[in-house]
Amino acid sequence: MMLSMDAIIDLLQKNALMPRDEMARLLNMTTAEVEAAITKLEADGIILGYQPVLNRDKWDADKVTAVIEVKITPERDGGFDRIASRIARFPEVQSCYLVSGGYDLLILVEAPNLRAAAAFVAERLSTIEAVQSTATHFRLKTYKENGAFHSFEPTSERLSITP
Amino acid sequence: MSIAIADHIRNIPRSGIRDFFEIVQSMDDVISLGIGEPDFATPWHIREAAIYALERGRTGYTSNLGLPRLRRSISDYIQKHFALRYEPLSEILVSVGVSEAIDLALRALLNAGDEVIYHEPCYVSYAPTITMAHGVPVPVGTRAEDGFSLRAADLEKAISPRSRALMLNFPTNPTGATMEPEELEKIAALCVRHNLVVLTDEIYSELTYEGGKHTSIAVFPGMKERTVFLHGLSKAFAMTGWRIGFACAPAPLIEAMMKIHQYSILCASIMGQDAAIEALDRGEHSVAQMRQEYEMRRNFIVSSLNEMGLECRSPRGSFYVFPNITSTGLSSRDFCMRLLHEKKVAVVPGPAFGAGGEGHVRCSFATGLPQIKIAMQRLAEFLSR
Repeated sequence: MMLSMDAIIDLLQKNALMPRDEMARLLNMTTAEVEAAITKLEADGIILGYQPVLNRDKWDADKVTAVIEVKITPERDGGFDRIASRIARFPEVQSCYLVSGGYDLLILVEAPNLRAAAAFVAERLSTIEAVQSTATHFRLKTYKENGAFHSFEPTSERLSITP
Repeated sequence: MSIAIADHIRNIPRSGIRDFFEIVQSMDDVISLGIGEPDFATPWHIREAAIYALERGRTGYTSNLGLPRLRRSISDYIQKHFALRYEPLSEILVSVGVSEAIDLALRALLNAGDEVIYHEPCYVSYAPTITMAHGVPVPVGTRAEDGFSLRAADLEKAISPRSRALMLNFPTNPTGATMEPEELEKIAALCVRHNLVVLTDEIYSELTYEGGKHTSIAVFPGMKERTVFLHGLSKAFAMTGWRIGFACAPAPLIEAMMKIHQYSILCASIMGQDAAIEALDRGEHSVAQMRQEYEMRRNFIVSSLNEMGLECRSPRGSFYVFPNITSTGLSSRDFCMRLLHEKKVAVVPGPAFGAGGEGHVRCSFATGLPQIKIAMQRLAEFLSR
């Protein structure tokens, strides 16, 4: 069962919309077994949700995405957690990670335009007492997102019949 | 004047696949399940390593036997995956695909009139390659009810005083057959008793499904010294166009094969050899991912075919299914022609792989799932008429 759970997660990661009966056929399972497995993955909090992968060049192209490195002063009780969750709760923050290296938090921010992004950094993020410094990198172009390529390589032609 | 062609070449029939290919080529929008090569491009890390090698100017000839570094990688890989130990400097030859290695081995082994036994249905090149080496091809039929595995008892009946060698290909193109180790051991014992050399083409060995473990005939007692172990990068590593295969065999035979190879080919391309090093050393994860994808497609295609009434065994290896189409009342060739013209789906008639293939067609699942789905839908429509 663990093996098929792995396989189901692999398939969902590639295409969460794949019909469950098709999944069942690929995995030599029944549709009911696949549905039950997915329900369990959701109930156990292993699958947190499903989202489309957008091509930002074609939709909402004005939207600004930034990666921000944040240095913070950890607190005596609670370390980085309280301050990290305080930052993560802003709706502009899409992802927030504690990382090793020269800074502490790596956050991904989305804002409707450059001014809004700048305002978030200057007025919201930097003003939190524990935040020592920030470095903001704006996205210029996307080459790959969540495993999906934005420009596909041309597929090479194979001979139509080969031995 | 007309140029006379050598008798033993003139008499080789045209490949049945070739005729069919030309018809398919002349049509548009055909979905082909007739392709015997992976639909995946070579994994990126392998291509990237080859690009790096080119950038460094690695563009020359190599040793006739192949790059020593590659032969070490081959030796390590074979030891790890097949539990066979071959000496990199004297027992391994890098060839232009497995096809060349088969040709070299046969030419090095056969005197005119020597018989070579092989199991049918099988890959299209075996009988012609034997003939071109002045040998006599002796097919042994395999049966659908055995999953097209070779029975030792059937093999024994084909052995004669002129028998020189046995060719094996498991998992099999076109049937997907695999061998149980018990039966393989019986075959090994026959080869020892009758002093046969075994050419074992294990090109599909990594593509063994349901967690099954592939066993090479070379591991059985008395076998390694009479076996030519043939393998290559084309199928499992999705590297058909690089043309890299290899033969592992006792040093005197490799030396003899090398003579032919050195005068006719010189060496396999260095670009392919550099890519092969990366593939063998670090390609395991890529192979596992592709195998998983093939296994899912196999499940899909087998259940679809059986549901629409074409009896189809689930193959344990390779990327082919070989369903029985006799329930349609059509011959294999008529089935394929009508399916192609009426529904634009190409599958290969079983008899292209030998007489025992009549009543079957070969469908490859080395094609993306979206195409397989459309092909299955069209096939179901074709059958319901």
